[in-house]
Amino acid sequence: MLKLIKTLSVAALLTVVSIAGAQAAGGGIELKSATWKHEGLFGTYDRAAAQRGLQVYQEVCAGCHSLRHVAFRTLADLGFSEAEIKALAKEATFVGGPDDDGEMFDRPGQPSDKFPSPFANEKAARASNGGAFPPDLSLIVKARGGFENYLYSLLIGYDDAPEGFDLPEGMNYNTFFSGHKIAMPAPLSEDGVEYSDGTPATVDQMAKDVTVFLAWTAEPKLEHRKNMGMKVILFLLLMSGLFYAVKRKIWAELH
Amino acid sequence: MSFEPKNPMLKWVETRLPITGMLHHALYEYPTPKNLSYWWTFGSLAGFMLVVQLITGIVLSMHYTAHVDLAFDSVEHIMRDVNYGWLLRYMHSNGASMFFIVVYLHIFRGLYYGSYKAPRELLWWLGLVIFLLMMATAFMGYVLPWGQMSFWGATVITNLFGAIPVVGDTIVTWLWGGFSVDNPTLNRFFSLHYLLPFVIVGVVILHIWALHTSGSNNPTGIEIKDKQDSIPFHPYYTVKDLFGLALFLIVFSAFLFYAPNWMGHPDNYIPANPLVTPAHIVPEWYFLPFYAILRAVPDKLGGVMLMFGAIAVLFALPWLDKSRIRSARFRPIYKQLFWIFLIDCVVLTYIGGQPAEEPFILVGRIATGYYFLHILVLLPLVGMFEKPKPLPASISADVLPKKSSDKEASNA
Ligand code: HEC
Repeated sequence: MLKLIKTLSVAALLTVVSIAGAQAAGGGIELKSATWKHEGLFGTYDRAAAQRGLQVYQEVCAGCHSLRHVAFRTLADLGFSEAEIKALAKEATFVGGPDDDGEMFDRPGQPSDKFPSPFANEKAARASNGGAFPPDLSLIVKARGGFENYLYSLLIGYDDAPEGFDLPEGMNYNTFFSGHKIAMPAPLSEDGVEYSDGTPATVDQMAKDVTVFLAWTAEPKLEHRKNMGMKVILFLLLMSGLFYAVKRKIWAELH
Repeated sequence: MSFEPKNPMLKWVETRLPITGMLHHALYEYPTPKNLSYWWTFGSLAGFMLVVQLITGIVLSMHYTAHVDLAFDSVEHIMRDVNYGWLLRYMHSNGASMFFIVVYLHIFRGLYYGSYKAPRELLWWLGLVIFLLMMATAFMGYVLPWGQMSFWGATVITNLFGAIPVVGDTIVTWLWGGFSVDNPTLNRFFSLHYLLPFVIVGVVILHIWALHTSGSNNPTGIEIKDKQDSIPFHPYYTVKDLFGLALFLIVFSAFLFYAPNWMGHPDNYIPANPLVTPAHIVPEWYFLPFYAILRAVPDKLGGVMLMFGAIAVLFALPWLDKSRIRSARFRPIYKQLFWIFLIDCVVLTYIGGQPAEEPFILVGRIATGYYFLHILVLLPLVGMFEKPKPLPASISADVLPKKSSDKEASNA
């Protein structure tokens, strides 16, 4: 038994090393990192940060990026009240219909609606962004290696291009974007938004807040998942002990 | 010997269809060597994982839409809107990995203790068939979410068949149902991904049938000689397996609840885009050793043949291994070679995940060469020249002497 555990842990370690090595391949620049309250075994989303992050998304990113997997009603998870959610949804306009005459009409958003997209389609988005396509942000935190730290680094990573760097017209220099040439202009600037809770809106603060918000949009069930995990694992530990005791007893009769 | 149910209903059924008798025989009476270690638990764990994959998969398919425009969104719908959909999906995706972990350990157990040798050759073959079916199923399953890795993985792997001379291109077109990986491909992959697990169930039944015909191998590698050597499967191994299952589920849960995307690839959260090729196309981790072998050869056809050859040679193992001794416990040289071979496979896994550049190419070639050297050359040679350690007289002779001397010690 002991030997089995030893061998298994060595095997597990080797596998982890070889897989982790496989995943790390391709990286390159060291990302800026921050502490995220939703990390760790018991981590939960920082509600205040996520709420501020929603504001950053709406006032800054939503001009170019969609958030098409996220429904307004799910904002309740971040501590928004039903009335607040209704009011937020109402600000958006959707095409409804057809009505009884077969006509389409504009209607205000409802909590069950998803966030509206700034552009009708990819072509329109590219036309407005110098040919580049601003990706949907619902899953962006899970869709890039580096995860939260990548998004955070990207948002604070704008800089002047170093001497001799060939930066084409309409492109911007970003330390953390692969190839350093990004079509997105630096989206955040000092006091770009005015936080209602009085938090100073520095670039770093806004970058962190919108990252927390987008981490939540990418993995909205994280808290439920960890909570359930703790219970399941405690239960399994109990069962292991029980089965082990029963096993000892049954096998003892054998000899 | 034959089973006589007491319940009149069961008796009525039994005389017409002896199914309870069969189950009774398989679970209760099945005489099992009394010395099986925990390495023998991975077989039943594999069976357990098959059931987990079937149940979660069937429920997931109730919410999934196999269409290039809807597949990605339907997976997100499962993750966000379906009750416990996130749990089902993470169970299924991590479950595939756990299934492979368990099966790999099961296979290496077989290699260490010579479980493939006569009279268990067919048992071994059926196991390899299950392994092949699992790979096909997992590969097609990974395509279903229709993310970037789904799409490009499917493109790369199906293109391999294009290397076959003369009919290659026709086969690829036929696999795709068109001239590129597209909606017809997704639809047929979904259909087959649903079908193959049931084929696996069928082969698993044959696998267990063959097992119960020749009996379990055991750490000594010698056969059961008399009643002393064996115990009924139930309750001894049912309870031992249950304990193993509980421990295994803790590991599974750790991934499932705390790192559900760790074994996945970030690119698969980007919807498939035929116009944008990801920087590195990497298959799921459980394919990496074979991917490394594929890329070890500069020639496409050669690579494909070597990759399939890597599994094909495993079928020949019962005849390549010339030693009549099963267990590595009594084979001093083979034992060392076994561990070197295991390390070689880990190296291949690592190389499979690396970009195709030096020094990875060279290391990959050496590791690939060693893989075949081990199976095709070393294994037959060792069997001829190795001097095995003396075998115990019987299974119980191997287990008991220590026990009785223990007892004497404590009595004294
Ligand atoms: C003026 C329009 C615009 C605004 C405002 C904007 N973006 Fe972008 N964003 C883009 C474009 C265009 C791209 C594509 C860049 C490229 O491919 O070079 C992009 C790309 C991105 C990417 C993907 C980078 C990668 O690794 O591929 C992220 C993440 C991102 N934006 C986040 C944000 C966030 C967060 C905000 C709000 C704080 C924001 N963007 C505001 C236009 C915008």
